[in-house]
Parts: sequence; C-alpha cells; structure tokens
Amino acid sequence: MLYQAGWEADMTLAVADLSRAGYSADIFAAFLATRREPQWITEARQRAFASYQQLLQQELDPEEFRRLDLRTFNASRFRPAAAVPDAGEISTLLSGRTEFGGAIAHVDGHVTTSRIAPEISAQGVLFGGLQELLEQHRELLEPYFMTRAVPADADRFAAWHAAFWTSGTLLYVPRGVEVQLPLHSLIAHSHDGVADFSHTLIILEDGARATLLEETASANAELSGLHVGCVELIVGRNACLRYVQLQNWNQKTWHLAHQAGNVESNATLQWTVVGLGSRTAHIHQDINLDGRGSMAEVNGVTFTSDRQKISYYTQQHHRQQGTRSDLLYREVLRDDSRVIWRGMIKVDAAAQQTDGYQRSDALMLSEDARCDSIPGLEIEADDVRCTHGATTGRVDRDQILYCMSRGISRREAMHMIVEGFFQQIYDRIPIEVVRETLSRAVQAKLGIEAVAADLLQNDDEDES
Amino acid sequence: MSSEVNGASGAAAGTVAGATGSVLRIRDLHVSVADTPILRGVNMQIRQGEVHALMGPNGSGKSTLAYALAGHPNYTITSGSIEIDGVEISAFEADARARLGLFLAFQYPVVIPGVKVADFLRHAVSNIRNPDRREGEGLIGMREFRKEIRDRMTELGMDHEFARRYLNDGFSGGEKKRMEILQLAMLQPRFAILDETDSGLDSDAVRVVSEGLAKLSGPQMGVLIITHHERLLEFNRPQFVHVMLGGRIVETGGADLAHELHARGYADIRARHPDAAPEPTHTTPAAAV
Repeated sequence: MLYQAGWEADMTLAVADLSRAGYSADIFAAFLATRREPQWITEARQRAFASYQQLLQQELDPEEFRRLDLRTFNASRFRPAAAVPDAGEISTLLSGRTEFGGAIAHVDGHVTTSRIAPEISAQGVLFGGLQELLEQHRELLEPYFMTRAVPADADRFAAWHAAFWTSGTLLYVPRGVEVQLPLHSLIAHSHDGVADFSHTLIILEDGARATLLEETASANAELSGLHVGCVELIVGRNACLRYVQLQNWNQKTWHLAHQAGNVESNATLQWTVVGLGSRTAHIHQDINLDGRGSMAEVNGVTFTSDRQKISYYTQQHHRQQGTRSDLLYREVLRDDSRVIWRGMIKVDAAAQQTDGYQRSDALMLSEDARCDSIPGLEIEADDVRCTHGATTGRVDRDQILYCMSRGISRREAMHMIVEGFFQQIYDRIPIEVVRETLSRAVQAKLGIEAVAADLLQNDDEDES
Repeated sequence: MSSEVNGASGAAAGTVAGATGSVLRIRDLHVSVADTPILRGVNMQIRQGEVHALMGPNGSGKSTLAYALAGHPNYTITSGSIEIDGVEISAFEADARARLGLFLAFQYPVVIPGVKVADFLRHAVSNIRNPDRREGEGLIGMREFRKEIRDRMTELGMDHEFARRYLNDGFSGGEKKRMEILQLAMLQPRFAILDETDSGLDSDAVRVVSEGLAKLSGPQMGVLIITHHERLLEFNRPQFVHVMLGGRIVETGGADLAHELHARGYADIRARHPDAAPEPTHTTPAAAV
C-alpha cells in the first residue's frame, strides 16, 4: 500500500509539473560537500539555494514562459559532475578558425584548459576560470558577481544557477586597455546526464575594448545534458564589448540561460546570440542601457530542425537619456521545430531621446514548423522613437522558380535563399570568423536533402 | 546525328546540332492555370539566330506561354509538346530547361534579399556551362568570372557596384530589367524569351535595354520578344511576328504585321478571328502528360 501511494504521488507530480520538483536539499548538501571554497562563496550559495526553494513554489512569469511547456523537464535526471573529466579534444565550430589571444574550456562543469597570451595578461587583463579568479580577486570581482546584471534571485533558474554554479569564464579588462585578439570560451559536455552550471562574467572598465567568442558543444550526439547558464556583461563608460554566444549543443540537451548586459555611458555592446543546438532552450536576455548615450546592437541567429524548441525572452531596457538599442533576430525553422520570441522594449520616464528598435523575422521551411513572435513596448518617456516588428513567412516559390530558371537546382536555390535570409544579420556582425563560421554551420545544418523533399511535397509534380 | 567535325565546341551540351542550329518547337500546346485553360493549342518554331515577336492584347496568354516554356510549376501543360532539337522538355523542371539553353527574362523579376548578384550569377553560370555540375561542386573560377561580369556590365552601361548588391533588392524598374539583360548576357542561352521587358520603363530605359539585347542576339541565339509596343522591335527587327488571341496564335507575318498592329490596334485581328475569343464552356482536351 505504501509503495502504491508513493507511486501515485510521483505520477501526480509528473502530470502537474515535473519542473517544480527541482533539486532537493540533499542534493545541495552533497554538492556543497564536494566544494573546497571560501566561506563567503558557500554562504552566497546557501542564500541562493534558499531563494531557489522559495522560487520553486512560485509560478514562472507567465509573460515569459507561457508558450514554453517545461512540465516534462525533470531536473533529477541530471547531476553536476563531481570530478574533472578526461575529456580529450572536443572539436567545435570555431576550433582552429582564427588566432585567439586566450582560450578557456569547461567540460562537464570543470575547467580543463585555460591560457592567455602573456602580452595580454601583462596589460592587467584577467582571463580564466571564474572560481579561481573570484577567490584571488574577491574585492575586485565580488561586487559584480550575480548582483547587478543577473541578481541571484532574479528567477528560479538564476537562483538555481547561483546555488550550484561551477567553473565559468571570467574576463576583466582594466581601464583603457584594448584587447586586440578575440578570446575564446568553450562550454562542453562529455558525459551522459551531466548538469552544468557554467557562468560567464565579463567586466570592461571605462574605455576598455574586447571580444569574446563563446560556444557550447556536446562531445557526441547521444549524450543527454542540462546547461543552466548565466551570462553577465558589464560594459564600463566608453567601453566596447563584442560578445558572441554560439549555442551548438546536441539535440538531447536542455539549455536554460539567464543573460544580461549592462551598458554604461557612451559605451557599446555588440551582442550576438546563436541558437543551433539543444533539445529545448530558453534564453532570457536583458539589455540594460544604464548610462546616458549607451548603445546596444543585438543579433540573433537561430536555425532549428527536427523537434527542437528554442525560446527567447528579450528585454531592451532604456534607463537613461539618449540611449539606443537595435535588436534583430532571424530564425529559420525546419521539420517539426518551434521557435518562440517574446521581445520587449522598456523605456523609463528618465530615458528621453532614446531610440529603440526590435525585429524578429522567421522563415519556415516546412509546414509543421511553428514560430510565435511577439514584440512589445512599454514606454514611460514621451520623447522617444521606438520601432518594433515581427514577420513569419515561408520560402517564396517565386524565388525558387526564379533561381531555377537560371539553372540553379531547387536544393541550391533553397540553400541560397536561406543563406540570403541570414546574410542580412551576418552583415551586422563585424567579426569575419563569426560570419564564416555561422555560414558554414548553417550550410551543414541545412542537410539539404530533407529540405528539398519537403518542398517537393509542396509542389504538384510529386507523384511517387 | 553527331557531327563528324572534330572541333570540340558544343560537346558539353551534347545536343547542339550542326550547321542548321538548334530548334525550339512548340506543338499544339495547351496550358492551364489552376484548372483554367489559358493556352489552347499554340504552335511555334524558333531557330537559333531568328528573332520572333509575340504580340496580342492583355489576357491573350502571352505571359502564360513564357512561364510554361520556362517551367513554372503553376502552369500545367495539359497536352502538346515543347522540344529542343527533338528532346521533349515539357516534363523537365525549370533548372533542367535552363541548362538546355532556355532563358526567360521575367516581366516581374523576383527580389532575393541577402543574395549578391555576383554570387547568384556565379552559381547560375557554373551550372549552365557545366550542366552536369552537382551542388557543392566547383564553381567557375572567381577571377575569370569577375572579369567577365565586369566586361558585360561595362557593355551594358551598368555600374560595377551592381554585382555587390542583393539581387533586385531595392532596384528600380529599369535596373531590374537591365539586370535581366545582364543575366542574359552572362548565360548566353540558345533561346531567350523576353516577357514584356519594355513594360514600365521610360523611353531611355527601353533604348538601353533594346540596344543591349541587340548586341547580344546573333546567330547563336533564338529570341522570342513578348511585347505590347513596337519600340523594342525597332532595335531588334523580327523576322516573324505572331499575334495571340484567346490562347492561340491566330496570325503570323513579317515585321510589317507589327507596324499594322501598332497603327490600328487589335480590332481588325479580332474581326478576322471571331472564334478566337476564349469561351468559358470550352473544355480542355484530356490531360496527356
């Protein structure tokens, strides 16, 4: 009878909302036992875990999560990996593509390699594993860590991350220092069932400049995995940060990411988010224009296939006068995949003379794909210019015919049209290696055969 | 059939005939759009080197013929045939027809955002010149291609900047039509169909396009000019003028027929062919293809 009752209780849970179960206090205690770290970090974790337990009891913000069904997400299937894995080389989209001034790799939540060019570190730049650097430079870094860009209690996932974070990438660039070469950060999974809580913290002091290219990867297509990530970008006055995150997990990985950039006066943030992989992804992206005259340019490149679901919740928050934001997302959907984009431009009463732009365009390659794009505005100032829009469309048959009438095959035409669709975003990305890498990754993922078959079905001559 | 002459030219396409040139032959062509019959038995024969004009009032089926020849999937050939040198092509897809040397200059060229003119044409040229090329295989050399497209643009009085623009994206009407002519120049088809290439253009633009076409056409190209007007024909004097009415070619004559139509409109023609007007009750012959 007891067994029976327990079983029934589990079933009820499964139907209600598996994701509400979360990680237990036992799991947290076991996790803490594996950590050897200063008391202040442990205490911060404990505070975060308490928030997490509270937040688990609350509904997720319906505005953000209503369209994404997380009820089947079962956190207990994934655990942090206790030991540094013997990962071997994990090949990624950017591997060997360009010269990097430094590179760090995290595998299964542990730093496996980290290097920085001596001439860059000689300028006072810190680049490497977050844990180690946070301990060494507490007074410098602690004020930024999960306090401002992504507060530790921002939501259920942020709190979960704050309690369990391990490894992560830290980049700190002192005042006025310009890092010429891009830096590389890899977050990878190499074992089945791993939960990783990698963190990315970038701090550019006033007038500094840097570029970080970050990518995620799975060692093979079969591993299941969970990434509960957090990205914090702090861009000081007159500084310029280019940050790219290229999400390319296998299709058995959950990707839950809370990301925010805070931009100070007259600083510029160029932020590119790429979504190619994962089974289900949800990215919360805040762009906070904190200083007068600050500027953010945000690009989104998403290409889904099979049964992938990728959801974005973007907020461009204009907090000061004369700020500009320009967000362009483009999505291509194949097969049964689904994309959700919920965008919001918020303009505070103080943020006069702001210029906000947001747009999402989706191109569907199959009848069964689905895209929901919902732009939104919340404006409290009266002297602003805000533009928003969203389109969803299918590949135009007239475009295909036009290409074919020039001797270009249907497949090649599809290829060109999809590439052209993304080209308008590539045109906004100033980093050549990123443009090339994206273009190649998209071509590889196009896996033209299946797409061409889809289209043939739509045409009348398919008789077989 | 195959020529005994040991020159290698024409070997790639395999079907290029000898001294008499290639022939595009349209026989008793019936075409429907969304189950509505539009063409009701069109016959026409175009040889390489000939210039034909196709005239006729709005709705007579001229553009339908153009699209059906190019292989537009919405234009269903219900009976009849289209042959190039005896090869039946009406079941071929548009790209296969293009690789056999057929070209359509569109009345409404399509915009393809994000695809540069040069990239588009480099793929097209590679496929047309190497009809067996498969996707992903080598393209025509960049240097060679760049020189060629620049030369053609210069000849057509086009700014070289065109090559870097996205195909027809933000182009004016005249620029789009000129782009069609540039494509014609690069692809050097055996048969070119120009669907109202002069429509919507001011007289200067018509002159530019007409002169461009006149430079390109020659003994290697059979041309079918679909037009309402006479101006395009001043620079490209047709040997044959066909008049279409109700989905059929009702009269064929020499260049003077175009003058007559220009002077007097279609009233006389209609009067001579009272039975040519489309009849809604007319049923299509049983589908043969």
